[in-house]
Amino acid sequence: MSNDSTTDAKPIQDTKTGKAAAGPVKWLDERVGLATLVKTFGRKVFPDHWSFLLGEIALFSFIVLLLSGTFLTFWFIPSQGEVVYDGSYAPLRGLEMSEAFASTMDLSFEVRGGLLMRQMHHWSAMLFIAAITIHMLRMFFTGAYRKPREINWLIGLGIFMLAIVEGFAGYSLPDDLLSGTGLRIAEGLMRSIPIVGTYVSYFVFGGEFPGDALIARLFIVHVLLIPGILLGLITVHLILVVYHKHTQFPGPGKTEKNVIGPPALPIYAAKAGGFFFIVFGVSTLMSAIFQINAIWNYGPYNPSEVTAGSQPDWYMGWLEGGLRIMPNWESTIFGWTFSWNVFVPGVLLLGILFTLLGLYPFVERWVNGDDREHHLLDRPRNAPIRTAFGVAGIAFYGLLWAAGGNDILAVWFHTSIYHITWFMRFAVFIGPVIAFIVTKRICLALQRKDRELVLHGYETGIIVRSPDGQYTERHTPIGQAEAYRLTEHSRVAPAELPPETDDNGVRAPTRIPAKLRAKASAFYFGDAVNKPTSEELAEARHHGDGEHAELEAAEEDGFLGATETGVPKRHD
Amino acid sequence: MHIPLIRRGTLRRVSAWRRHRLAGAAVVLVALTAVGGAYAMVAPNSAEADNSQSDLVDKGHKLFLVGCSSCHGLNGEGVLAGNDEQNYGPSLIGVGAAAVDFQVGTGRMPLAQPGPQAAQKKVVYTDEEIEALAAYVASLAPGPAIPAEQYTDISGISQEDLTRGGEFFRTNCTACHNSVGAGGALPSGRFAPSLDGVEAKHIYEAMLTGPQQMPVFSDAVITPEDKRSIIAYIKSVQEQPDHGGFSLGGFGPVGEGVVVFVVGMAALIGAAIWITSSGVRVGSKRE
Amino acid sequence: MSDEDRPGDELEPRDEHEAEPEPEQEPVPDPGFHEHGPRPTDLDPALELRAERQVSGMFGLATLLGLGFCVAYFAVPEDKTILGFNALNFTLGMTLGGSLLLIGMGAVQWAKRLMIDDDIIEARHAVASSEENRAEALEIVTAGAAESGLGRRTMIRNSMLGALGVLGLPAIVVLRDLGPLPTDESLRTTVWTKGMRVVNDVAGTPIRPEDIELGQLVNGEPSVLVSTGDEAVDEENHVIEGIEQLNAKAKAAVILVRMRPDEVTPPKGREDWGVDGILCFSKICTHVGCPISLWEQQTHNVLCPCHQSTFDLADGGKVTFGPAHRPLPQLQLGVDDEGYLIAMGDFEDQVGPSFPELG
Repeated sequence: MSNDSTTDAKPIQDTKTGKAAAGPVKWLDERVGLATLVKTFGRKVFPDHWSFLLGEIALFSFIVLLLSGTFLTFWFIPSQGEVVYDGSYAPLRGLEMSEAFASTMDLSFEVRGGLLMRQMHHWSAMLFIAAITIHMLRMFFTGAYRKPREINWLIGLGIFMLAIVEGFAGYSLPDDLLSGTGLRIAEGLMRSIPIVGTYVSYFVFGGEFPGDALIARLFIVHVLLIPGILLGLITVHLILVVYHKHTQFPGPGKTEKNVIGPPALPIYAAKAGGFFFIVFGVSTLMSAIFQINAIWNYGPYNPSEVTAGSQPDWYMGWLEGGLRIMPNWESTIFGWTFSWNVFVPGVLLLGILFTLLGLYPFVERWVNGDDREHHLLDRPRNAPIRTAFGVAGIAFYGLLWAAGGNDILAVWFHTSIYHITWFMRFAVFIGPVIAFIVTKRICLALQRKDRELVLHGYETGIIVRSPDGQYTERHTPIGQAEAYRLTEHSRVAPAELPPETDDNGVRAPTRIPAKLRAKASAFYFGDAVNKPTSEELAEARHHGDGEHAELEAAEEDGFLGATETGVPKRHD
Repeated sequence: MHIPLIRRGTLRRVSAWRRHRLAGAAVVLVALTAVGGAYAMVAPNSAEADNSQSDLVDKGHKLFLVGCSSCHGLNGEGVLAGNDEQNYGPSLIGVGAAAVDFQVGTGRMPLAQPGPQAAQKKVVYTDEEIEALAAYVASLAPGPAIPAEQYTDISGISQEDLTRGGEFFRTNCTACHNSVGAGGALPSGRFAPSLDGVEAKHIYEAMLTGPQQMPVFSDAVITPEDKRSIIAYIKSVQEQPDHGGFSLGGFGPVGEGVVVFVVGMAALIGAAIWITSSGVRVGSKRE
Repeated sequence: MSDEDRPGDELEPRDEHEAEPEPEQEPVPDPGFHEHGPRPTDLDPALELRAERQVSGMFGLATLLGLGFCVAYFAVPEDKTILGFNALNFTLGMTLGGSLLLIGMGAVQWAKRLMIDDDIIEARHAVASSEENRAEALEIVTAGAAESGLGRRTMIRNSMLGALGVLGLPAIVVLRDLGPLPTDESLRTTVWTKGMRVVNDVAGTPIRPEDIELGQLVNGEPSVLVSTGDEAVDEENHVIEGIEQLNAKAKAAVILVRMRPDEVTPPKGREDWGVDGILCFSKICTHVGCPISLWEQQTHNVLCPCHQSTFDLADGGKVTFGPAHRPLPQLQLGVDDEGYLIAMGDFEDQVGPSFPELG
């Protein structure tokens, strides 16, 4: 088979397969307008960058979850009724346990392939949330949440939140010691909700802890309610991506008005379809090689038992860290008890994080007053404050996460738990501030470097001595494509405060929001390093030893600049 | 006068031998052998075996004086240091043979250096010496004894006992030592050690004597049979295969979280980079 | 949503303060999109054939592995191990995983090496609707509102809003029976009563003071939670079973510790709450309810493994570190006539996590 150009290909309806399929295709088209769909979506363009595939990792993991989860539901019994274990795992034989735990044991030891499916389900749940986190970070650092994609950002946050709850519900279903301890902690968290805490706890658990209602309720939340909502949210999320068309990184030929990449058929379908199988395959291989959630070691839940090194799954680790390092503050006001030690890290922190994440696109829009559509992504260095906030957020999250494993850290590194806890109490505040400052400075420095590259080109390492004894280094200009890529972002400047009085001397009604905005704008753009203007570029080219003067002439005959070692670049 | 007692040649031969340069050494050797042999024949028969209890205690005392008394006192009464009367070495009176067998048998004692807790290290004494030390310390005052074989031999444990052992283990032990005995953290740099590879006898003795921060679990509350069940459960959980794959140290979600990123996401992001890379292109520049 | 529905390619006019930057301000003009050059497989038929064989090879191996899964499922015994792992799990996972992975890699390799992958430039349309569509939409809505008369007929509108609004209430009210309301009894009391024996958890055996040695920790529970095996006896003793047993244990589990009496400084009024230096405390942490039994016999501290709250049991269970606020509740101990340890009443402090009505 030779790679002829597509225009030489035989029309599909004349091929053997085409003729055979003609009947069914026509039948479908007469009922659902198949041809119109193919026309609209068949050659849709999807820009090709690896960071655009992170959302796909999440999507494909979700599909693996649906498939493996359905398998598990055929054997799992969501009941806390007591039963005596009689399976093949000897150390627990004869023990009274809930049907939920016993059926999970059966899945692990009696059902062939059951352990594989259990592990696949758990691993892909962790991959799902890990992929969502990294995908969300990519969105944030490249500014993909800007108009018109704010709704998609919010939907994504909704998916993120539901995924965390779904994961927690899922690993609590087997009613084992580790997850039962987690439920006990959840009950304590519910109790800490001011005023209504006990009501929430009694209504969720159907009475006192542990009760016998929870597993059955969690089961329906986990297999019906949340997956249903997730499916809906994911569908809307994807529809919006298709409607808005995917964003792309700046580069030659790429503008706000176009999107460049391979078409849906056949390249993107092959790559995305292939990636689905790769995600599925990696998740399966992980389940073959790495053990996860070995419930037979934990044993069935018993409220007077606990294991050292009790941690929730990784995505709850940061909340766990908050619970561990929070000082033991509790106060009684007007006869009501407020358990700050539990409520703040356990409940409030989650709410604060999601609120901040959800508001951020709108806050940034308010600060920079930018109401344009954005389809070209920002390089992170070109939005220093945003990037710095992101890294500070990662530092905060990461430190809390480490605090959640403080006892494991103490064992691995032979240090005192108390020292780690005290360190973390300060580090979670100081760390993000340091991270913010360092990141901002790094971004500004990178922007200056870009400016230098555009203005003066690469350093070649060739030193030239002029007749009057001055030493300079020869630079070669960068290629036009590269220069264009480095200058495709917008210029920014701090917003000016509107005048105090208008032309007629009437004072502006409320000045505080405007003043606040001006301050915020100064914070964001005060140190901005903007790309060079045309005048500056022209001046830089004529300035110096004159070696840049060749540039204009060179561009006409296709000079594309040189590599860093001075070798001229060519293309055919 | 001609003396017919010794033949003339013999005397001459003996006289010649007397002048041999090794003659002196030979005489000494003969004399020693004669004296030694004579003594051995007439001396009392006490050097046959050191098995009698008093000999064991004596031997242990001698070992104790050399290796232990500098911290634990000449008579095992302990040494109190100056500030706050912090124990330089605690009193061993009443700790029993079991404590000695555990501490010395796992290499924790003699202590190599001070620290948050005595670390398990290479065992310095032989089994006989440990027995002797234990006998000596036991002689100071009554204390927990080394357990009988029947309680540390877990072969042939019944199903019921194995399951019961697990229940005891999860109620009393996992809070410090973790579900699979991988160990856990305690305050101020101390830790509950891993139970991996620990002899059944030593597990029993640890429960019985409560070394350092570990609580005591007396035979009256957790009976010897129950202790045997616990040991059997520990061994079964440690010797079982890792059914689902690498167990990542047995620390649960923390290890799993590391693997998700370091293995899973790394592999998938690597795949994503591969999928979207433009590959080898003939004669073109990269954007 | 097809292209024809959109009139023209124009984007919406932009906000005034974001005027299109004038061309002179852009220092570097757009060099235009440059297509990728050809790949080696496009030029060299031998390489192309090799790539094709590579892709087919991957698919072929995937086929074999897929079949291998089916064979392994029936052929590998469930109790065998390989590399220290369960052999069945490992083989099933490697075959299935390998098969899936190779299918994926084959498809991607096909796309990368062999499919023609010229990039396409697609124009974007403004996300916002066109002016005509907006105007038409407004007309439709106006007409619809006018035809329904909703604007005029305020009585209908208000009463409809009332009816629909009220529907929120049944949705909430119907969930009332999700759980009982919290009562003082369920929140503040446990099953401990005066005279109830403290027994060893799991074994269920009662405990004498002389059974407990210095430095010992006993995990205990109320005797009413232990079944004797004899139904009649259990009935008589009101033994609690089933889910009630777990509920009760979640509040009533205790630890017994023995320290030297001279090392203990009991809180005022509780000097006689121990027996010969044996003290009884709740096993349930006052932070969020994990059971605690990390007892350090020499420091007298008990540590909770969940969030590292530390309580000093020689000092009335006071919190010395960590996020727990309230001290660990103590249970008054006594001895019954047969010499076994008993509780002298219920806990006087709140067991377990705090709640708003604690006061």
